[in-house]
Amino acid sequence: MNFKTLRKYKLEIIFAVVVIVFAAVFLIQNSNIQANAKPGQETWQGSDDMGSATIEATGYHPWIQPLWTPPSTEVESLLFSVQSGLGAFVIGYFFGFYRGKRDSAKPA
Amino acid sequence: MHIMEGYLPPQWCVFWYLVSAPFIIYGIYILNQQVKENRETLSLLAVSGAFIFLLSSLKLPSPVAGSCSHPTGTGLSTVLFGPIITCVLSLIVLIFQALFMAHGGITTLGANVFSMGIAGPLLGYAVYRLGKAVNLNIFVNIFLVTAVADLFTYIITAIELAAAVPLHGGFLVSFETFFAIYAITQVPLAILEGVLIALVFKYIVQSRADILIKLKVLTPEQVAKIMESFA
Repeated sequence: MNFKTLRKYKLEIIFAVVVIVFAAVFLIQNSNIQANAKPGQETWQGSDDMGSATIEATGYHPWIQPLWTPPSTEVESLLFSVQSGLGAFVIGYFFGFYRGKRDSAKPA
Repeated sequence: MHIMEGYLPPQWCVFWYLVSAPFIIYGIYILNQQVKENRETLSLLAVSGAFIFLLSSLKLPSPVAGSCSHPTGTGLSTVLFGPIITCVLSLIVLIFQALFMAHGGITTLGANVFSMGIAGPLLGYAVYRLGKAVNLNIFVNIFLVTAVADLFTYIITAIELAAAVPLHGGFLVSFETFFAIYAITQVPLAILEGVLIALVFKYIVQSRADILIKLKVLTPEQVAKIMESFA
């Protein structure tokens, strides 16, 4: 890889490095956490749920329930995937559209 | 940053609805205008909204805290369309999550929109203007805007909860507790999100620089310089 390619893909390289560092720190942390976790203890919970649990610990009870709650974590993750899928579809659609437009504008 | 249904006392739900309402009403007005008058910017508006959809659905493990949280994805639309339009886009995502996933809630919608759609993007936008004023590299600027909008959203959530549900010891102790839960978790995610959006911005410059010039994000000279630097 020469200097020019490095410069061209500078941001991609930075992103890749950040992702790798992120994943590596996660793996190291995870092995520490798993080694110290008591049996049955939940690890890597959502911060939103921890917030709710902290509030409930004060004796506070939610005064209203959601109209609908996904019946299991599987169904919930399905719905979150649908949300990501919708977002990714729109992003891919427009970037593909831009690319196609640019390419067809070039003389053959 | 989602405060779950029923976890804010009713008076606080009303309070945050009242705080958020003017931004939302003005936002819908501005958004309508944007859609009517600048039709060629619509595709980027859709892409910006889609990034909020995509990123706010990803619950990522945060290595420093041992818990999971999600980015907010509001950085891109803050830079391209400003914080006022961003609050309407965030509202759509938050309603979707509240209704279908029981994530967040209708009573807490005002508070959640305020943290994710208003406070985060507003501070992000301030960072953006400041960065522009001192001629900061646009990619570094976008990284900062995105990370700040993300992180500040969670700090505001901690303040909202600390104000409404004081733990034993009063506001400051509560704030520290919620800050530790929300904001510390968020730091690595904010960095990751910032780098991602900076990268995405490069692709936008390469494919639709004309819209960026129209939105006054970049000048034609800046576009030429960026194109040249990635040639």
